[in-house]
Amino acid sequence: MYSDVEAAARNGSDHLPSSGGKLIMSADDMRRALTRIAHEIIEHNRGVRQLVLVGMRTRGVPIARRLAERLDEFEGVQVPVGELDITLYRDDIGLRAVQPMVGSTAIPVDVSDKIIVLVDDVLFTGRSVRAALDALIDYGRPRAIQLAVLVDRGHRELPIRPDYVGKNVPTSQTEDVAVRLRETDGQDGVEIVSREVRA
Amino acid sequence: MTAAIKSQGPAVKAHSARNGQGHAAAEVDPDGLQPAGLPAPAPGPRRHCLDLDDYSAEEIRQVLDTADAMKEILARPVKKAPGLRGRMVVNCFYEASTRTRVSFEVAAKNLSADVVNFSAGGSSVEKGESLIDTARTLVALGANVIVIRHSMAGAPHVVARNAGAAVINAGDGRHAHPSQALLDLYTIRERLGGLAGLRVAIVGDVLHSRVARSNIHGLTRMGAEVILCGPATLLPVNLQLAGMRFEHDLDAILPQADVVMPLRIQKERAEGGLIPSLREYRQRYGVTTERLRRMRPGALIMHPGPMNPGVEIDPEVATSPQSVIESQVSNGVAIRMALLYLLAGVAV
Repeated sequence: MYSDVEAAARNGSDHLPSSGGKLIMSADDMRRALTRIAHEIIEHNRGVRQLVLVGMRTRGVPIARRLAERLDEFEGVQVPVGELDITLYRDDIGLRAVQPMVGSTAIPVDVSDKIIVLVDDVLFTGRSVRAALDALIDYGRPRAIQLAVLVDRGHRELPIRPDYVGKNVPTSQTEDVAVRLRETDGQDGVEIVSREVRA
Repeated sequence: MTAAIKSQGPAVKAHSARNGQGHAAAEVDPDGLQPAGLPAPAPGPRRHCLDLDDYSAEEIRQVLDTADAMKEILARPVKKAPGLRGRMVVNCFYEASTRTRVSFEVAAKNLSADVVNFSAGGSSVEKGESLIDTARTLVALGANVIVIRHSMAGAPHVVARNAGAAVINAGDGRHAHPSQALLDLYTIRERLGGLAGLRVAIVGDVLHSRVARSNIHGLTRMGAEVILCGPATLLPVNLQLAGMRFEHDLDAILPQADVVMPLRIQKERAEGGLIPSLREYRQRYGVTTERLRRMRPGALIMHPGPMNPGVEIDPEVATSPQSVIESQVSNGVAIRMALLYLLAGVAV
């Protein structure tokens, strides 16, 4: 299921476990990982023609923008960046006490025949990505959809695998991966925090 | 899952539209006057939308923000998202309606809900089945949401208290029409960038208007000033809320208003002696092209429909650049998608 951190992040809440976790990626680690992913995207697609980056709200969006900056730097092409909210595509309708807020979606170009690189901060169960695939396909018929994530923490519940990974992090189910970004949290860094026991 | 809502914790079966219990003052009231002494909004997730009087500003903002996201779906080539897949919405209309019923139906279908339209004519209501029994039957058939319009004020409250479904009031007697008021708030916010500090003139038959009543609650809650303008016979003089006042001279308030909303004047009002004649009404309170020129530049003309062209509003005014009447109708779908999404998807 969706972790609380994932849910909080997706709802734009600034509630993240405060410090006390184990730092697994520093700001420099993140910078290098994103640079490598940008190179991998270019290599894999032999350039950036027909490419569109789509960030999954909330934290996938700034990561997608950072990748776009690097693609521009390396290839001299401004790749369009969209943002996708998956709330209406989640698979837990009717299972929640309160509906999560629906965020904005903005896909700046027609996705038909484009190569979409879907970008998220943490890949966990794969349910968010499943929802995002459904959402994207409502906008048209992309030629291909690829997946880039900053952290792959395992525990997949669906047959989904990433094409580009910043860091593979083995975690336990009782831990959360907290991604902090300058744009949303004031600083860069990834931590593992053990989940508080909730009443 | 905003912080405000999340912090309200688990449902407490106690009061009001949160769960349909104890809306004590809102018994069926054929006069349709505002029930006095409504309980304060109780904690717990909201289950029903019965009027705006128990919506906080934060809750109203949440509905309007959700409608923003829904509007994006309406701009897509395929206007459909699976947000309410497998949920059943029953439109239960005991009174005639075009735009509200179609709007709710379109909204539910855009979110992939199953929609059943029920109208009292041709149903067991004609055999004397009561409102409560009808509602319970609909729930037994799988309804998750009942959208109800009824000529009796308080009917949606009765259904909310007695049937295990989310209830949305689509207009009850002279009491409330919250989805219309929300789409009006949304349209104003969209055009003028906000609601706080605006001056909204609601003109005409406020006494018999559920649209006006819900708008008064919603607008004042959001910090707008409401001027109710009309002949004394058509103003609800017993209604007093902070942020609203009565006026009788339309020409005096026109240059101050950011929004002018004439209400439909029913021909029966003249026959019933509340106004001398439709012609005289038009002279004093009709929004004519002449009066349009005296409005603030950029001020909006709104109308909840259906219109009586040439009585409360001139056809040229209704189609003028300042008129947002068509936007009101299309925004209605986004607002109703937002309401359905917020109320229909939660665990019961």
